[in-house]
Amino acid sequence: MYAQLVKSEGSKSREDMTPEEIAFQDRIDRNEKIEPKEWMPEGYRKTLIRQIGQHAHSEIVGQLPEGNWITRAPTLERKAILLAKVQDEAGHGLYLYCAAETLGVSRDELLEKLHSGNMKYSSIFNYPTLTWADMGAVGWLVDGAAIMNQVPLQRTSYGPYSRAMIRICKEESFHQRQGYDIMMKMCAGTPEQKAMAQDALNRFWYPALMMFGPSDKDSVHSAQSMAWKIKMNTNDELRQKFVDQTVPQAEYLGLTVPDPDLKWNEEKGGYDFSEPDWSEFFAVIAGNGPCNAERLGARVKAWEDGAWFRDGLMAHAAKAGERARTARHAAE
Amino acid sequence: MPSLPDMTTPNLTALAGQALADSGHVAVPAPDAGQPEFVEFLQRMGDNALILGHRVSEWCGHAPALEEDIALANQALDLIGQCQLWLGLAAEVEGKGRDADALAYLRDAGAFRNLLLVELPNGDFGVTLMRQFLFDAFHIELLRALKASADSRVADIAAKAEKEVAYHLERSADLVIRLGDGSEESRARMQAALTKLWSYTGEMFVDDAVDGAMSDAGIAPLPSSLKPAWDRTVAAVLDEATLAAPAEAWQHGVKTPGGKKGVHTEHLGYILAEMQFLQRAYPGARW
Repeated sequence: MYAQLVKSEGSKSREDMTPEEIAFQDRIDRNEKIEPKEWMPEGYRKTLIRQIGQHAHSEIVGQLPEGNWITRAPTLERKAILLAKVQDEAGHGLYLYCAAETLGVSRDELLEKLHSGNMKYSSIFNYPTLTWADMGAVGWLVDGAAIMNQVPLQRTSYGPYSRAMIRICKEESFHQRQGYDIMMKMCAGTPEQKAMAQDALNRFWYPALMMFGPSDKDSVHSAQSMAWKIKMNTNDELRQKFVDQTVPQAEYLGLTVPDPDLKWNEEKGGYDFSEPDWSEFFAVIAGNGPCNAERLGARVKAWEDGAWFRDGLMAHAAKAGERARTARHAAE
Repeated sequence: MPSLPDMTTPNLTALAGQALADSGHVAVPAPDAGQPEFVEFLQRMGDNALILGHRVSEWCGHAPALEEDIALANQALDLIGQCQLWLGLAAEVEGKGRDADALAYLRDAGAFRNLLLVELPNGDFGVTLMRQFLFDAFHIELLRALKASADSRVADIAAKAEKEVAYHLERSADLVIRLGDGSEESRARMQAALTKLWSYTGEMFVDDAVDGAMSDAGIAPLPSSLKPAWDRTVAAVLDEATLAAPAEAWQHGVKTPGGKKGVHTEHLGYILAEMQFLQRAYPGARW
């Protein structure tokens, strides 16, 4: 789940809708896909830009915590796999920025908002990756949580977003498996490796639960987004599903989920579990996570240091265009 | 230097048998043991790919445009993949029971055989691109020649790598041209990068005893034989990029020992400290 706390625009009852809005809502209710050049309410467009933009930003900022270990990967094969994975994240960013562009916002505009702090990325990427086991935990838990949200988004109402999600989900499920594979290797390894794996689970468990966003009772923007099928499930539904899926996986690894109150609830057919500390979540969102400054700083630096490169390419394109025009005139 | 036995002749079996007898234990297959020059050559190939791949991978998440992030990760992946093949073969030929990972992660700097050029720090994006271009233009000629190697394993790896490197060269040459013939600033940066790196290009074409042995055995070309083609490629691209190579420049690793002999810059030690950290801190652990 790479979009959290996405503010949704305007929520209207059917009686207050214009005929155009009613027709639009009916198309969504019939599960028709909305395509870029078709009419859409301004609120739908704006909400989607926020959500897709935040998702795209999460992909590119998300390269950093894992990129942190590429040069230290313990074997050539692990290095190649991690490189391929981080490259996929950049590719996801690219699809998503392209999907956002179909809504009339350029990649540069979105990046400017990221760099100035006016758009967010997922809170999870503000946590540090301290050991190699974190590469396992990030794949297993963070990509696992992302998949929970993204699989339903393949059916989202906006065509380009839905199609981007279909491609992304295929790759994300590989990512999750490679993360789990690292965890299996660590848990079957030396006592130090197993301890590293447990420590990674301890540190990433609650931040992963936070990825789904605040509890439904505190989530004010969900209803309109769900009516528009921009959001497909509530935060709590997805969080429950994630816990139910992940706990047996932790048991298989021989690891302990860091929640003394975790227990199976026969009646609801799911686990009861402790809520994350939401004050920590809001602190991280507000910029006070352990790595907010480094992550955003790295993105801003990459952008600023690369200005001459982008300008140079534009200057060449202008020159080449000018030369082509001159040659055409000479030929005429 | 007498020519080396052809890898494909039946005396392989005799060699392997001798190696087994010498090694004192039978678990390790050693079909090509006794051929240190071949191992040396394969390490040079693998180490160039490993160290350049490492440098390129340092950009991951920090490139000036998303497309560049994707392209650089791809290139690093190609190089790490090539390194696995070259070092894997080096370990096999060496026959001491090591594998590609042992060679990558458990040798110290003095045992690395990569060119100095590929271990130089990334600098700005211009230095990274220029380093890539100067190496790609050499790498492609080397791989083309290796496709005709008398050793079919070498020829197979070269055929696979050549396809990847042809693309690396297309990309790096294109960007050198665009940025050289770009804005005032991009041109100045590319010229500075060229001037800085030029002193590390001579080492690519130095022939030594190992190269002589490989050439005599028909396994690999003499590096000096690749220079005319490299000169043509580089001259054409620099001309279009409106850049000029320094007329006179000291060449590191030509009259003095360089990376091919295991005498490196200070930078390689830091690369290895980072790259080998987990293998060194947790000896024997499996990942």
